[in-house]
Amino acid sequence: MQWGSVSEFFAMGGYALYVWGAYVVTAVVIGAEVVALVRRGRTLRALVGRSSHAQSD
Amino acid sequence: MGFTNLNIWKYSSPQTFYPLAGRMVPWFMGVAVVLGLIGLYIALFAAPTDFQQGDAYRIIFIHVPAAWMSMFTYLVMAFWAGIGLAFNTRLSSMMAHALAPTGALMTFIALWTGAFWGRPTWGAWWVWDARLTSELILLFLYMGYLSLVAAIDDPRRADKASAVLALVGAINVPIIYFSVKWWNTLHQGSSVSITRAPSMASIMLTGMLVMVFAFWAYSIAAALMRVRCEILERERDAAWTRELKKS
Repeated sequence: MQWGSVSEFFAMGGYALYVWGAYVVTAVVIGAEVVALVRRGRTLRALVGRSSHAQSD
Repeated sequence: MGFTNLNIWKYSSPQTFYPLAGRMVPWFMGVAVVLGLIGLYIALFAAPTDFQQGDAYRIIFIHVPAAWMSMFTYLVMAFWAGIGLAFNTRLSSMMAHALAPTGALMTFIALWTGAFWGRPTWGAWWVWDARLTSELILLFLYMGYLSLVAAIDDPRRADKASAVLALVGAINVPIIYFSVKWWNTLHQGSSVSITRAPSMASIMLTGMLVMVFAFWAYSIAAALMRVRCEILERERDAAWTRELKKS
């Protein structure tokens, strides 16, 4: 462990803007991709399910 | 038609690949999460402060994996696009389309984190340097590829046209990779190489490699999730997709 306190960790030796600016944006865009993919898959599987229903009627 | 009996062709059919991809997604995503957490622990807690760059260097743990994946994903995308073009296998083309958005995302992350690293170390968010410019061209290639796929209504024609773009654009990848050797650039040379000892502390190297494998597993998981969507979109009217809900 490299840090003496929590505030020291967040300060990143004075480079907080750069380190957190890089990490947070990376986390946000990857998170957004996962959410978008899960939603797209759900929508499509629901559509396929509906068309199967219409067919079996 | 003896070829159709060979097992290697079995998974080239969207119908057999769809459930297989579905079973692989949780494994790759699980590996990505576990390695990502270990990598982040090393990156933010275990690795010591760099004696030259202070804590700004910690950006390396996401910058290098994203940059590697941006190039590698492009080559894999061009490979599948080329296979689709040569053998007319529609799953190969779908795989190429599925890889492109994740590759573009990795390119964006590499450029973004690079800017946030360049500012404290070089004093500039952006410079028109060979490495940075060729990586920006990679982002444009991904976006051009995706726009071309979206612009052509007939999916099989879109597969062929976009495959040509992907293959021609692949020439940019070695240009990015060797740019730091071919031109005098501000960007530092590679810290890791097969031919010589790495120029970084072993805990830093370990953290970076763990993150590389995390990004790798994530990219595979995301591409598999997306190829399943592509399959459903294209094969919506096929008999087998209508059977999906019943089973």
